[in-house]
Amino acid sequence: MESDKLIQVMDEVAVARTITRIAHQIIERNGGVEDMVIIGVRTRGAILAERLASEIERIERVALPIGVMDITLYRDDVQNKLEQPLVQKTEILFQVADKIVILVDDVLFTGRTARAALDAIIDFGRPRSIQFAVLIDRGHRELPIRADYIGKSLSTTLEEKVVVKIKEEDGIDGVLLGGR
Amino acid sequence: MRLKSRHLLGLEGVSRQDIELIFNTAVTFKEILSRDIPKVPTLRGLTIANLFYEPSTRTRFSFELAEKRLSADTVSFSTNSSSVQKGETLKDTVQNIEAMKVDMVVIRHQAAGAPHFLARCCNTKVINAGDGAHEHPTQALLDLFTVWEKYKKIDGLRVVIVGDIKYSRVARSDIWGFKTMGAEVAICGPTTLLPYEVERMGVEVYTRLETALEGRDIVIVLRIQAERQQAGLLPTIREYVNRFCLTPRHLAALKENFTIMHPGPINRGVEISPEVADGPYSVILSQVTNGVAIRMAVLYLLSGGRLPNSRRKAKAS
Repeated sequence: MESDKLIQVMDEVAVARTITRIAHQIIERNGGVEDMVIIGVRTRGAILAERLASEIERIERVALPIGVMDITLYRDDVQNKLEQPLVQKTEILFQVADKIVILVDDVLFTGRTARAALDAIIDFGRPRSIQFAVLIDRGHRELPIRADYIGKSLSTTLEEKVVVKIKEEDGIDGVLLGGR
Repeated sequence: MRLKSRHLLGLEGVSRQDIELIFNTAVTFKEILSRDIPKVPTLRGLTIANLFYEPSTRTRFSFELAEKRLSADTVSFSTNSSSVQKGETLKDTVQNIEAMKVDMVVIRHQAAGAPHFLARCCNTKVINAGDGAHEHPTQALLDLFTVWEKYKKIDGLRVVIVGDIKYSRVARSDIWGFKTMGAEVAICGPTTLLPYEVERMGVEVYTRLETALEGRDIVIVLRIQAERQQAGLLPTIREYVNRFCLTPRHLAALKENFTIMHPGPINRGVEISPEVADGPYSVILSQVTNGVAIRMAVLYLLSGGRLPNSRRKAKAS
């Protein structure tokens, strides 16, 4: 890959501002954070979920329960792959029934991950609602799925790559766009 | 991630890396089993045939549950209600089942090597659920997993397997598995029930229970089958009980934080006394719970590489 040709579309400050903005939007839209829980999709969505939760805590002084979800077992292409993806643990140590679930992921692309995550959450119980927050929406949906909170929408071609970097995993915060 | 082999026929030759991959996958499945809805849609559309040519409760239940928890479709069969009664050969039975588009076969058979034979002559993936006195890999994997969960490692643990080693497929798989994972393995039993040249598997051999138990972390007690006495391998069951039955008085010789295991079914008062089987150090029931998670992990890891029906047809033509 031509990794040297990646352009930065968000830096650390932009990522932090975006998370703060999304936190405000979530609180505004729901008129507070009562009955709210946050679930992040492994790996980067889970870290973003934690950051979002601490922003909400800073604003509202309420610590929301945070869960981590691995959607591997809900993918629609598991049996077609020659190599099975490594499954990691899902940790949702609270009830989701009758809760407002904020589902967090880094990039919304085809919508297949989101579809799998929705199925997985519903297997844990019947939430009052599920709202979807993403840092980047890059288009090219293959399923009728949309996000409720979007950090940044990028117009991309299918060949382009969107790389989200998060300090805890990659050493820096930022979003890069590249490829041809 | 991917296992080296597309079948699970035995633990002989299975690498440490593969065993650890199965453990790490099983941890996830164990969490799923504790949910309100303990089911995931992962293997939807996959068909698994369970062929049990020998009686089994635990293993068969465990496999069927694992398959159902992963949303696979299953067909099961046992010898007394099938065409085997009419003299159909193993190969014919499986080729017929294969013609009905089965993706995986779980087989228990009285003949050692039956699963290997199937793996050679059929296109389906094969999981050995016990073949004769050869191997029972998923049982050993769940034994290993149970130990790994408790001690967080297997390296350096001192294990002893007590009882009918000669006719035990569990013993053989356990020896391979524990040795691969770095444990020190010994076996103990009456000489008539120890296999010839078993030392070549790299185990210490004892014929006196008290000596074998000294400083051990794990004791795996095997079932004594009544048929063995009829075959003249044991003078009397009572003599076996006197010399090899694990009772509370033996436990002092073991290391602190020791563990007692048994693959079931238990003959209480023959190979193990009820006090020991039900003691706080006994993990016999966790073994059963872990069995479902381990089998889910194996099924999941072996399930990859399937072509969707449309592409499968294109390839055939």
